Amino acid sequence: MIVEGSLVDRDAFHARTGWDVKPEGACKAEVCVPLPADAYADEGRIDVAVVAKKLGMPVVADEVHGLTALGPETAVTGRVLTSARAPELVLPDAHGNPFRLSSLLGQKVLLVAWASW
Amino acid sequence: MWQELRTELHPLGLEIVTVALDVEPDDARPFIEAAHPDHPSLIDSTHRVDELFGVVNVPNGVWIDEEGMIVRPVEPAHPGLNPVTESFRTIDLSTLPPDVAQILEEARKIKSDPDVYVTMLRDWVERGVRSVYALSPDEVISRSQPRPTGAATAAAHFELGEYLHRTGDHAAAIGHWSEAHRLQPDNWTYKRQAWNFEDPVRQGHTDAYEGSWYEDIKKIGAENYYPPIVP
Repeated sequence: MIVEGSLVDRDAFHARTGWDVKPEGACKAEVCVPLPADAYADEGRIDVAVVAKKLGMPVVADEVHGLTALGPETAVTGRVLTSARAPELVLPDAHGNPFRLSSLLGQKVLLVAWASW
Repeated sequence: MWQELRTELHPLGLEIVTVALDVEPDDARPFIEAAHPDHPSLIDSTHRVDELFGVVNVPNGVWIDEEGMIVRPVEPAHPGLNPVTESFRTIDLSTLPPDVAQILEEARKIKSDPDVYVTMLRDWVERGVRSVYALSPDEVISRSQPRPTGAATAAAHFELGEYLHRTGDHAAAIGHWSEAHRLQPDNWTYKRQAWNFEDPVRQGHTDAYEGSWYEDIKKIGAENYYPPIVP
C-alpha cells in the first residue's frame, strides 16, 4: 500500500490491506491483533507506523521520489494467509468495470492467475 | 482454455475468475477478447493477488467455496495441455537461433500436471466439502506460501516500482523491481513482468536486471519451475 504521511485513513487501510482497525484491535476475518492506544490517531485515522509494527508489515521508503509503501503482514501466521476466509478482491475487467470477488458468494470459485508475458 | 472448463462446470456450480497479472492492461486485453469468456476476466496491474493469495507464477489457482472460504491455496493450475508449450516439443531446435533454442530446450523440461488438476477440480465441484481435495482452514493456511519479511518487503518494492512505472518513471521502477527479485527470488510474476519490459518474449539478459528467464530457470532446474501438485 502506498502511504502518504504518518496518518492513514482507516477505511482506505481496510480496503487495501484487509485489516479492519476496530476498538479491540486490527482484525482480519476471525483474527484480531490488539493495538496500543497510540495506533488510534484521530477520528477515522490510524498511525500507520504503529499498526505496521504490530502486524509485521515492512515499511519501504523511496526518499528520492518521496514515496512510502507498506508491505503485507508477516506477524500472525508467517504465511500469506492469516485466515482461510478469502480476502475481498476488487479488480477491473477488460472494460475497466470494477468486479468484486465477494459478489460470487454462494458459488464455488476457481480464481486463476495468468499473464500475457 | 478456461472457457471450455467453465462451460462444463458452470452448470454444476463453479464460476471461474481469471486474473491477468499485467502492469499494462492493454497487453492482456487482446487475449481476453479473443477468448470470448463467459466468466469474469479481470486485470490485476499491481499484482494484488500475489500479496493477497500468494501467487508466485502463472498459471496459479485458488479454490473458494460457497461460503467464501479458501479450500485450496495457491498451486499450479493447468486446465489442460497448453498448445503453445506443447508446440515447443516438435520444433527442430537446430533451425532456431541458438539463444532461442536453449530457451525452448529448458521450456520442454517444465513439468505440469493438468490431468491431476482437472480431476481434482471436477471432484470438488461434484462433492463439495466431501471432496478429499477440499482442505481444512488450518491446512489451507499452513499450505499457503510462506511469508518471511523479505517476501513482504518484495511486495512493497514491487508496488513502488509499478507506481513509478505508471507515473512515467520506468528507470526508477527498475531499481525497485530488482530489489523485489532479490528479496523474493521464487516469485516469477515479479521477474517475468519486469524482464518482459526490457526484452519481450525472450526475457533475456539485459543491463537492467541481474537475471533472465533462461539464467534463472537453469539455476533452479526447469523441472522445479512448478512445484508438484500435492493432492
